[in-house]
Amino acid sequence: MRSNVVGVLAGIGFSALASSAAYAQELTIFWAEWDPANYLQELVNEYEAETGVVVTVETTPWSDFQTKAFTEFNAQGTAYDLIVGDSQWLGAASEAGHYVDLTDFFNENNLGEVMAPATVKYYAEYPGNSGRYWAVPAEGDAVGWSYRKDWFEDPAEMAAFKAKYGYDLAPPVDWQQLRDIAEFFNRPDEGRYGIAIYTDNSYDAMAMGFENALFSFGGELGNPETYVVDGFINSPQAVAALEAYRELYGFTPPGWAKTFFVENNQAITEGLAAMSMNYFAFFPALLNESTNPHAASTGFFANPAGPGGDQFAALGGQGISIVSYSQNQEAAYDFLRWFIKDETQKRWAELGGYTASAAVLESQEFRTATPYNEAFYQTMFRVKDFWAVPEYAELLGQLNNRIYPYIVGGEGTAQEVLDALAGDWTETFTKYGRIQ
Amino acid sequence: MATQSLAPSGPAPRIRSKGMSDLAIRNLFIIPTIVFLIVFNIFPLIYSLGYSFTDFRASTNAPANFVGLDNYRNLLADEFIWRNFTITAKYVIVSVTGQVIVGFGVAMLLNRDIPFKGLLTTLLLLPMMLSMAVVGLFWKLLYDPSFGIINYALGLGTFEWLADPDVALYAIALVDIWMWSPFVMLLSLAGLSAVPKHLYEAAAIDRASPLYTFFRITMPLVAPILMIAIIFRTMEAFKTFDLAYILASQPTTEVISIRLYKMAFQEWQTGMSCALAYIVLIMVLAITNIYIKYLNKVKAR
Repeated sequence: MRSNVVGVLAGIGFSALASSAAYAQELTIFWAEWDPANYLQELVNEYEAETGVVVTVETTPWSDFQTKAFTEFNAQGTAYDLIVGDSQWLGAASEAGHYVDLTDFFNENNLGEVMAPATVKYYAEYPGNSGRYWAVPAEGDAVGWSYRKDWFEDPAEMAAFKAKYGYDLAPPVDWQQLRDIAEFFNRPDEGRYGIAIYTDNSYDAMAMGFENALFSFGGELGNPETYVVDGFINSPQAVAALEAYRELYGFTPPGWAKTFFVENNQAITEGLAAMSMNYFAFFPALLNESTNPHAASTGFFANPAGPGGDQFAALGGQGISIVSYSQNQEAAYDFLRWFIKDETQKRWAELGGYTASAAVLESQEFRTATPYNEAFYQTMFRVKDFWAVPEYAELLGQLNNRIYPYIVGGEGTAQEVLDALAGDWTETFTKYGRIQ
Repeated sequence: MATQSLAPSGPAPRIRSKGMSDLAIRNLFIIPTIVFLIVFNIFPLIYSLGYSFTDFRASTNAPANFVGLDNYRNLLADEFIWRNFTITAKYVIVSVTGQVIVGFGVAMLLNRDIPFKGLLTTLLLLPMMLSMAVVGLFWKLLYDPSFGIINYALGLGTFEWLADPDVALYAIALVDIWMWSPFVMLLSLAGLSAVPKHLYEAAAIDRASPLYTFFRITMPLVAPILMIAIIFRTMEAFKTFDLAYILASQPTTEVISIRLYKMAFQEWQTGMSCALAYIVLIMVLAITNIYIKYLNKVKAR
């Protein structure tokens, strides 16, 4: 009797397995654990409804994302079919053969024109200007600013500000104004502070924060063609930018020495700071009354211009790539074909994803959909990114080692710090044969 | 088939009734343990020693090139690595000393007849039963300059425990002391309760001072077990990662294991990080050896 039951159960199990293998196609997309990944899951549910292909967005915390992704790549694992990888990974993942070369797909679908130029350059192409593409721009992102509209629009504050600085209190148009406003609202005795910036040096947080100053001040990381950095990262513009960033640290709330996106949103939700730097991807939470008691009085602006009028922002965001070790590459291509459609991109933006589609970005509908979309639109056409070479993590570590003690601890001078960094980077690029 | 496999196997009742033979113990416990150790400890240890002489990067598919002692030479000439070692040494000294003083002190207090002694001891052991990550996260809140209870209780205003580069390491060591003093306390308590009562009675008859009794009777007899606690805590403190990683990201709190983690899993310098791991291993072995030599001397006395 018992053996009969076992036999029947085994039969049912076998037929269930066989039928799922025959009919249900499954795809797994790997991404970091944050709101856009939830929006993507909602989007791919619609793909499932249309095609029957089950797509799962698997996530892991940001701090773990790079390690987990590369561990899987290194083991040539088949767990993920697609990955929404960081822009800096392009060099490491493409040179090592972890990503499928999407150049033909990119050209067939004219993605160079369909997607915003900066997203193509930084999320998809490697090496720079090579015409080889490894990802489809998926989540556009950059660093912008949120601010307390109610503090800025308070008549008493406006009058006091004008009397002190000689111009009207409004969202800053340049870094000098950003500094003045931060200084103006920095009142430790009232428990309110001027500004919240990124200072976490464990990965790329502080680098992204500093880049906002660096690029707008007219500085550069180095020459992307020759990898010469001396005279770039330690140029007078770069030195002035680092000094400006250090000065802003003086107007941050107490204990602001290991801060990234969570803390910088808290600076606004807890009424700590007048202005806060953050990726646009985290701004939806600031408009949500349940997560931000000041939601109605939170405004947004793009990273202001530097003294020379240059205006750039540090790039965040990711492209979606097909993993070389995936067993479902054809299905992954089909998914990408669906993902790049105009209507999908429009739907992606509606759900809360930051589309990289130029047409959607430029549409009036998108730009007025939220209070921060206009700032996002402006920013996405003037963004720059960190090095995307395979050894980018070493370069990040060296940057952190050099600039953190200066920004947070005031050790040394900006010139000394950046001269030492130029030395470190030159040594690293030489080690990897990029400089002869 | 299914019915056959469900039938009871022959030898099991015999083992139960007669106890296991040496052979059965060897086959059941010792051989699997040795195999496990070889596969998961010895083999990776030897394999990574090989990697430490190469420029291998696990993130690429490029083959590893032999570079001789270059990795070791570069690491030992790197000023940042030496800074990491200095920070680690400072951390080990502060946290282990603190744990011994607090742990041994509390053990002395508990080594007498007091009401609810068992309950008290159990409650004092709670910190070391918590997860490191959880301890790190809630101490981060306790230390918070804006709303943390420590500044509020001590009236320190907005003192920045974790943001001040000079204080952060000591703030982390303080958490480690809070968490691991109970471990030292537990071992000390075991040592203290093993001291024969008649020695104290003899000392009392001879009118020996409490200080004399402590240094001539208590300390020499508890020292061996206290040394074991110190060896364990030193090895652990040397390898500290979680607490320091969660609590602060100051360059002044970057202990060697954090540097090693970044090198291995963020920068993917596999060869170089294997070399660093070996340097750390050699250092821990050397320190442990010194301790063990001293422990043997104490025991001999």
